[in-house]
Amino acid sequence: MGTTNPDLVELRDLKVAFDGVQVLHGIDLTVARGEALGLVGESGCGKSVTWLAALGLLPGKAAVTGSIRVDGRQLCGAERSDLEEVRGGRIAMIFQDPSSSLNPVLRIGRQIVEALQIHRGLRGQAARTEALRLLDMVGIPDAPRRFDLYPHEFSGGQCQRLMIAMALAGEPDLLVADEPTTALDATIQAQILDLLNALRAETGMALVFISHDLGAVSQVCERVCVMYAGRIVEEGSVAQLFSQPRHPYTRGLFDAIPRIDGPRDRLIPIPGTVPNPKHLPAGCSFSPRCPYAVDACGSTYPSLEFQGDGRRLACMRPVPAVTTSGEAKRRIHEGLMA
Amino acid sequence: MTALLEAEELVRIYEVRRGIFGRPSPVRAVDGISLAVMPGETLGIVGESGSGKSTLGRMLLGLDLAQAGEVRFAGSPMPRNGTAEWRAMRAKMQLVYQDPLAALDRRLTIAAQIGEPLQIHRLVPRQYQADRVAELMEAVGLRSDQAGRFPHELSGGQRQRAVIARALASRPKLLVCDEPVSALDVSIQAQVVNMLRDLQERNGIGMVFISHDLKVVRNIADRVAVMYLGRIVEEASSDVVFRSPQHPYTKALVSSVPVPGKPLEGRMILQGEPPNPADRPSGCAFHPRCPVAQDICRTSSPALRRIGDGRTAACHAVAGETASIETMRRMA
Repeated sequence: MGTTNPDLVELRDLKVAFDGVQVLHGIDLTVARGEALGLVGESGCGKSVTWLAALGLLPGKAAVTGSIRVDGRQLCGAERSDLEEVRGGRIAMIFQDPSSSLNPVLRIGRQIVEALQIHRGLRGQAARTEALRLLDMVGIPDAPRRFDLYPHEFSGGQCQRLMIAMALAGEPDLLVADEPTTALDATIQAQILDLLNALRAETGMALVFISHDLGAVSQVCERVCVMYAGRIVEEGSVAQLFSQPRHPYTRGLFDAIPRIDGPRDRLIPIPGTVPNPKHLPAGCSFSPRCPYAVDACGSTYPSLEFQGDGRRLACMRPVPAVTTSGEAKRRIHEGLMA
Repeated sequence: MTALLEAEELVRIYEVRRGIFGRPSPVRAVDGISLAVMPGETLGIVGESGSGKSTLGRMLLGLDLAQAGEVRFAGSPMPRNGTAEWRAMRAKMQLVYQDPLAALDRRLTIAAQIGEPLQIHRLVPRQYQADRVAELMEAVGLRSDQAGRFPHELSGGQRQRAVIARALASRPKLLVCDEPVSALDVSIQAQVVNMLRDLQERNGIGMVFISHDLKVVRNIADRVAVMYLGRIVEEASSDVVFRSPQHPYTKALVSSVPVPGKPLEGRMILQGEPPNPADRPSGCAFHPRCPVAQDICRTSSPALRRIGDGRTAACHAVAGETASIETMRRMA
């Protein structure tokens, strides 16, 4: 079953509604084995909800429909025991705030051993040895001495390393990292991105990296999905999206970020604000903020279609493709999108 | 031209007790900081959490008392916190901080809150107050129909605009902004940064812009001071600092900003974490993480000194132009 399908996770027409308000409008997405996929978008665009829904982690009031397949096995509406086999074992997830994901009253060694017991049935000395190996792997120095410390005795960056160690305990095929570096200082953020890359090279696991930081995404991912108001609006390789964003929203995101080099010009913001999911505009949700919008954009929502260059795009009036590659190279070279 | 704001050798020490019976140990949150802000100038302050940048911002406004050193505003010393003189002076210097929802009163409309400083400082006769509020709202890009809204009815960006409008009500000469756009989404962040730049150009306000986001600071600040563990380690114009950082910490900080298209491998990734301020390393506080630390760095703390380009830096390895080239070669 799994061997015939190269895709590890396949989401089809995934929809989520809270109390009748639809927040996810049909997500189609695949994650191949060993691949690193980035999900970017601003708060409320549904990038976290997509993966919480896929793993059955949303509260009961959320209505989830569509298809969620992991190795060909349907998870949507599956039994709790089936879900639990996947969660932590096949797919692990880490979150933005590591200190609130760790149990403050348990020693960190015990928390990692617990994960090893549940997912791999390891006990006693074997579990301890494996936990120490994981701590070493995520770069906690002097692990044997710190095995019995509590979470508050670690810094924010180290807590995130502990979370990653715990996520690795089940030897997952996919790690979903939801804004894992947002709460961390700049120099520590660089360390964690470096660690994620190293771990992926070492274990061959796939990575879904959810972030609003386009710079960070470009450094750990191969493919990127840009989300807006509960839909994927553009998807492509990092090189494609960063050299030639075609969706006006993707383009707007790049333009809005200040640069670390070049002239200190005024920023180019996207006018207006993200729409309230209760009152989505008719047609394309981005059309009221879009500089390229025409009348037709306000009546029908453009479907996400494959383009000639392999990217997917949901837009009737995309940013014209740049014909000379010189412009694109210059933009990358100058770090225009940083 | 006299500086709008001058700080000289500011020190703020907190006593921190470890455990109930632990002996209190001093934490030098701000450890001898001097700086100046000219009228109409923006000074950016960057540093990681625990570097003391927020404490410094509060001290500049007299909200936290300096245990040593002095703050002078427009040439005269800052009056004591809580006195009538201090309150009068505070109308001229305002604070904007990260979380607008916490800064606003949930039970008052935003028009009422923007108008409050006008009443407190008795700046505008009551009958003209509504006009002035409307003017302020327009200046920060809020629509007039939003005047009667409560904070929870506004988006994050709109709330921050309301906070800024309130700060501008007393026509301040100085604005201290502590992470004002950190909680906002990228597209909204750009709107607020542009707005602050416009307001400053129009009104000639001096600004202290505290942030951990180097890209935003580079865009808005004329000059930048980099803090590490309560001290300034490098200060220069924004262009100079980001084009050619000299202090190894500044180099690492600038290098840690993820730039699309630039692979991770080429970046300078620091080992270890910022040290606990209560457990300050001997000598240069940065030496345990510094890739070019020498013996002298472990024993003697480098002073902040001029090294050309209108730049000051506190590093033994960065003595002058010639030494810095050698350092660069060693770090490459």
